[in-house]
Amino acid sequence: MAQSPQDVFAPWEDATEKPLIRFRNVTKNFGDFTAIDDLTLDIYAKEFFALLGPSGCGKTTLMRMLAGFEKPTTGTIELDGKDIANVPPNQRAVNMMFQSYALFPHLSVYENIAFGLKRSDMDKADIPARVDEMLRLTRLQKFAKRKPHQISGGQRQRVALARSLAKAPKLLLLDEPLGALDKKLRHETQFELMDIQEKTGTTFVIVTHDQEEAMTVASRVAVMDAGVIVQVATPDRIYENPNSVYVADFIGEVNFIEGHAAVVDGVATISWAEGQPPIRAKTDLSADTQCTYAVRPEKITITQDEPQDRPNKIKGAVLDIAYLGNISTYHVELPDGKVIKAQTANDRRIARRSFTWEDTVWLSWTDTAGVVLTA
Amino acid sequence: MRRFSWFNATSLTVGFVFLYLPMIILVIYSFNESRLVTVWAGFSTKWYAELMQNTAFLDAAWITVKVGFWSSTLATILGTMAAYVMVRGGRFFGRTLFSGMVYAPLVMPEVITGLSLLLFFIAIDLDRGVLTIVLAHTTFSMCYVSVVVSSRLVSFDKSLEEAALDLGCTPFDAFRSVTLPIIAPSVIAGWLLAFTLSLDDLVIASFASGPSSTTLPIKIFSAVRLGVTPEINALSTIMIGIVTVGVITASLVMKRNVARQKADEVRAAQG
Repeated sequence: MAQSPQDVFAPWEDATEKPLIRFRNVTKNFGDFTAIDDLTLDIYAKEFFALLGPSGCGKTTLMRMLAGFEKPTTGTIELDGKDIANVPPNQRAVNMMFQSYALFPHLSVYENIAFGLKRSDMDKADIPARVDEMLRLTRLQKFAKRKPHQISGGQRQRVALARSLAKAPKLLLLDEPLGALDKKLRHETQFELMDIQEKTGTTFVIVTHDQEEAMTVASRVAVMDAGVIVQVATPDRIYENPNSVYVADFIGEVNFIEGHAAVVDGVATISWAEGQPPIRAKTDLSADTQCTYAVRPEKITITQDEPQDRPNKIKGAVLDIAYLGNISTYHVELPDGKVIKAQTANDRRIARRSFTWEDTVWLSWTDTAGVVLTA
Repeated sequence: MRRFSWFNATSLTVGFVFLYLPMIILVIYSFNESRLVTVWAGFSTKWYAELMQNTAFLDAAWITVKVGFWSSTLATILGTMAAYVMVRGGRFFGRTLFSGMVYAPLVMPEVITGLSLLLFFIAIDLDRGVLTIVLAHTTFSMCYVSVVVSSRLVSFDKSLEEAALDLGCTPFDAFRSVTLPIIAPSVIAGWLLAFTLSLDDLVIASFASGPSSTTLPIKIFSAVRLGVTPEINALSTIMIGIVTVGVITASLVMKRNVARQKADEVRAAQG
């Protein structure tokens, strides 16, 4: 999220800040299958927290435990300092927006939004005002009297959001909220979601398998795999400083080079192939080790002539060019057969492209472009 | 459009004649002047007038409607509950046995069901009357209701109930204010099916009925054994009329709902 440097929102870095949600050593088994494996996680108030992972990684189970539809097998889940394991879903200050939206087909848009309010301790006379506020927030005033099947997919999505926000929950859970929308509408809605999250000051936890969506909306992203959280960090740290090959591979495109790192004074010298100069990279590692070096394609510069003053450079031949309009990805084959991807922004018209198939080119990058991974 | 071939025309005619010729003859003879069922002696509505005077038939009809109403209502409540448990109850001990037992009356010969109910009523010393017929009809029509309702529940999006719970409903409130209104058409269909089965039933009713509780099918059956009278034709014609009106109304309502749904979807797509 774009914010000015002086008021960066980062409660997770403040040791005195109390988390809103606290998973402590939570394990969830379904029969023999372990959906969540000894998971510990803190989520802070007003965060937009994304759970990202492939299907079956346990992210939906984690969310359903927050909503109260599943109970942890062992471990505790705290909301606002209180253990909520035995609180049924209808008594939690948590609301959920379902993947299928789960709008009540027999009720109008207005009645759908008022549904939760009628079952809260809100004064009956105050309900219409609150529903109107929600309709305004989601720009649905015109559709208040319509039934769910009488509005479009994007409008249904907004009704579902309005309904789950109406009771002003401490925590809003969003289960793949934009999965059913087409790409363009999904992008618009992502910004709308961030806007609404900021306006209402509600804590959002979103489940998604779309890494771009998680990166766009979230203040922090948790990448999950097989019931465990592999890394929790801000989107830029997840992208630039993945802690493992799994995370680097899951988020965006990446080149992996396996080799052996010799570390001297915070600089790793990675020998990775016969007859190739070693790769130099800054690192936190202190001991020599086997490693995987990960570097993003857009960090690699592609040139016709041998570059000067670049710590890392390799010669290769253009194997393939993927033209995506705004950018092009070049697949460059090294003498030993390894293929490295390099990306350049197409800031010139395509007719004036400098390289074509089978051209000999130089790939080069700095010693801070990539990361040295041991996991 | 494809041309209507001779083959199609023939099969249609044969089918309709096979199904409806007996009923058409019955309807025609209900307007017969003569007392003799097979001899046509001119048009008359006198048998309808006479039927209205026949209190035995009218009482039987009233009992039948009463039995139908109560038994189908009870069957709908029990059948819906059974369907809900079987579809939503998850796995519990004896689930397979329970679902098998619920559907058993579907394939059980009626004579057996009737006989066992009779023995049961005698065993618990319950005098046979309207109550016993209601209980007997509830027993066998409940499984039909639960078949109809559970087929709807299977396709019911479970997240709707979870959404209701999430928004503050107790499980019962969620069922009452979300599940029930949505599955209502199938519950009503189940009720109508149970009602029809009850109106129609002769075998089980004759086991469970007592001297003061003769239903219409029993009455007609026993009257016919003494010879078919034009009065019975008249009564049957009235019943055919009621059923026809019911079926036509239901299909019109259904057609209108489908048309409205389509119009709504078009409107939704236009925004």
